[in-house]
Amino acid sequence: MSLFDLDFGSGFRHGVHPPDLKDLTSGEAIRRMPFPDMIVLPLKQHAGAPARPLVKKGDRVQRGDRVGEAQGFISSPIHASAAGTVRDIRRWPHPDGSMQKAVILDVDPHDPQVPRPRIVPEWSELEAGQVAGAVRDAGVVGLGGAAFPTHVKLSPPEDAEIDTIIANGAECEPYLTGDHRTMVEHPERVHFGLRVMMHALDVERAVIGVEENKPDAIEALRRTIPDDLDISVVSLRAKYPQGAEKMMIKSILGREVPSGGLPLEVGVVVQNVGSISTIARVFESGYPLVERIVTITGPGVRRPSNLTMPVGTRIADAIEFCGGLTEDAERVVFGGPMMGNAQADLDTPILKGTTGIVVLTEATAATGPQYPCIRCGRCLQACPVFLDPADLGQLARAGQFEEMTELDLDDCMLCGSCAYVCPSNIPLTQLIAAGKNQVRRLRRLAQETEDGEATDEGESADGSPEKDAA
Amino acid sequence: MELTSIFLPATILGGIGLVLGTAIAVVNRVFWVWEDPRIGEAEEMLPGTDCGACGEPGCRAFAEALIEGDVDPADCTNMSGDEREHLAAELGLEAGEAQDRVARLLCKGGSDVAPRKVGYEGAESCAAAVAVTGGGKACPWGCVGLGDCAVACDFDAIRMNRNDLPVVDPELCTACEDCVEACPLDLFTIMPTEQKLIVECRSLLEGDSATAVCTVACDACARCARDAPDDLITMEDGLAVIDYEKNELAEPGITGSCPTGALAWVEGAQFSDGERQESERPPETRAATEATGVS
Repeated sequence: MSLFDLDFGSGFRHGVHPPDLKDLTSGEAIRRMPFPDMIVLPLKQHAGAPARPLVKKGDRVQRGDRVGEAQGFISSPIHASAAGTVRDIRRWPHPDGSMQKAVILDVDPHDPQVPRPRIVPEWSELEAGQVAGAVRDAGVVGLGGAAFPTHVKLSPPEDAEIDTIIANGAECEPYLTGDHRTMVEHPERVHFGLRVMMHALDVERAVIGVEENKPDAIEALRRTIPDDLDISVVSLRAKYPQGAEKMMIKSILGREVPSGGLPLEVGVVVQNVGSISTIARVFESGYPLVERIVTITGPGVRRPSNLTMPVGTRIADAIEFCGGLTEDAERVVFGGPMMGNAQADLDTPILKGTTGIVVLTEATAATGPQYPCIRCGRCLQACPVFLDPADLGQLARAGQFEEMTELDLDDCMLCGSCAYVCPSNIPLTQLIAAGKNQVRRLRRLAQETEDGEATDEGESADGSPEKDAA
Repeated sequence: MELTSIFLPATILGGIGLVLGTAIAVVNRVFWVWEDPRIGEAEEMLPGTDCGACGEPGCRAFAEALIEGDVDPADCTNMSGDEREHLAAELGLEAGEAQDRVARLLCKGGSDVAPRKVGYEGAESCAAAVAVTGGGKACPWGCVGLGDCAVACDFDAIRMNRNDLPVVDPELCTACEDCVEACPLDLFTIMPTEQKLIVECRSLLEGDSATAVCTVACDACARCARDAPDDLITMEDGLAVIDYEKNELAEPGITGSCPTGALAWVEGAQFSDGERQESERPPETRAATEATGVS
């Protein structure tokens, strides 16, 4: 086994080069934020079905107790991130702009916040399915932003032939440094998490991909590679969106995931380094995912920091701990500035998938006036999945959403590169996001109409719809 | 080059033309299909807008279905009563029972009663605004007010009023469902005009948290459900729901039990074009709220 079959020179095509702006926090050691007075745990924190609440108003919970139960395979349980009392279960502002059912906890200020003693599963004695089960029970989801339940990635179909695990340490979004600090401060945890994953998936090789602008992380990881594991650390070009799963696979292995396909189809499982170190913690301490590292940064925050904080901490509490907002703070963004969503409410909680909070000022948030498209084609050169953002944007403006699917709308991952390079300041990514939402909605409406008609016809035929099925 | 050299190609081309022309004439005669001439006549009399409200793919298909007897002239919602009678008389058909249907908005939270939490800069489209954190309105279920429905309407039946709510002109609306498809928040629904009692709210919040973000929201107090006869209104997931199977029990007086005005009795257009009439809202909610928080 060697590095010769790795293809890390070529990288992926297209993409953009935003300034990385990571200096604000890249040298800041991760600190632990004290527990806030209240915690908000939305039941929808992950891709897939929302969890079902297991507690009721007035219940007393310990740190790490399960408060929400997974509903279905692509779902994840939710755990209390602090000991306290359930104040209520009700709708609360959610980072996606909606109001979702959430478990509201009043944190007990006198509780030592030590978790109940737990049986730590001995990973080496577990079979593949049991590892995935332990990860699911711990509520682990992808911490890189999409919050895809991790156990699903650890439960590949029988016929899948996986030869490589890629640990994604690219962290290509500007400003964010949480993964960077994790790799610098806890490289052995990343390796241990990889060891468990390699055991669960029966894979011999793992590659950690890190952008070249984090030499200290690369150095720390390389220094601590265990002798008995085939782990290599690859320095990748600093180019956005290097950390997108499919770009990462192209850059490291030279393999291209087909349109609409999954990394599994090219024999790869990709996992963010934050998630991998969370897997490590599950098997070190038996502790579920109740806290994560969040970068609070941007020119609008007085003391930018990398913080470990309980899941469910409100933005307002986190920002207050960082010295508050500056006078000219204007926009609070969840995630990085390229893909993140501006928030409308400072009561919104940090979720399992929240990588950072970036506060932009008037000067940095300004987009300038919009002009008509001049057909310069820069967005085509920026798009890492070879779409035509200009035409997609125009179709979205015209409300022609079905036509957008013919231009491979489904391949768009909303990385924001097109809007970033547009000289006319056209909000292309936003328009395409609107198109994706509307297409999904129209498909749902069509499905509902179809289902409705099916039952109508079944009943009107002779009043016994079961007859057809029999 | 002789001038006469034109004759040979001209003869060849002319010959080919003659042969093919004859072939077309023969084929046209041999494969001629009889089509009911009434289909063409009916199509002439239809509006020709291809709006799709009848459920057929267009006016031509509707004309064919008419002649087949699958639909009645009344199934076309885009004709006046006179036009309908005329079409029926010409074709010797019954006009059929016309059910007047119209698009209704399930939100009455205009900018005067449902404040914004934050400003919004971005594409001027409801779908785009909803794609980024809901567009900034404090009530995430409420009408965004950027008028995607008005753009989608082929009949100019929708205008945005002073409070950024779409006003549907029942005379112009053909119930074609274009606005239903356009609204990213599923606020439009097609209803028979005889259903006059409407819950003009989709907010799933309850109690004070509902009225904190919109003074005319349904706050799930359930008074209407209690006052209405025979389970006409029930409460489901934070909203009053009307059972239109029992529509004949509905009468304007029921709206008096609603403290916020979310339960409305609608005749004609839903919202006035200009200022909202004060009489539409009960006195205790008249004071405009500055409320923006939800906790």
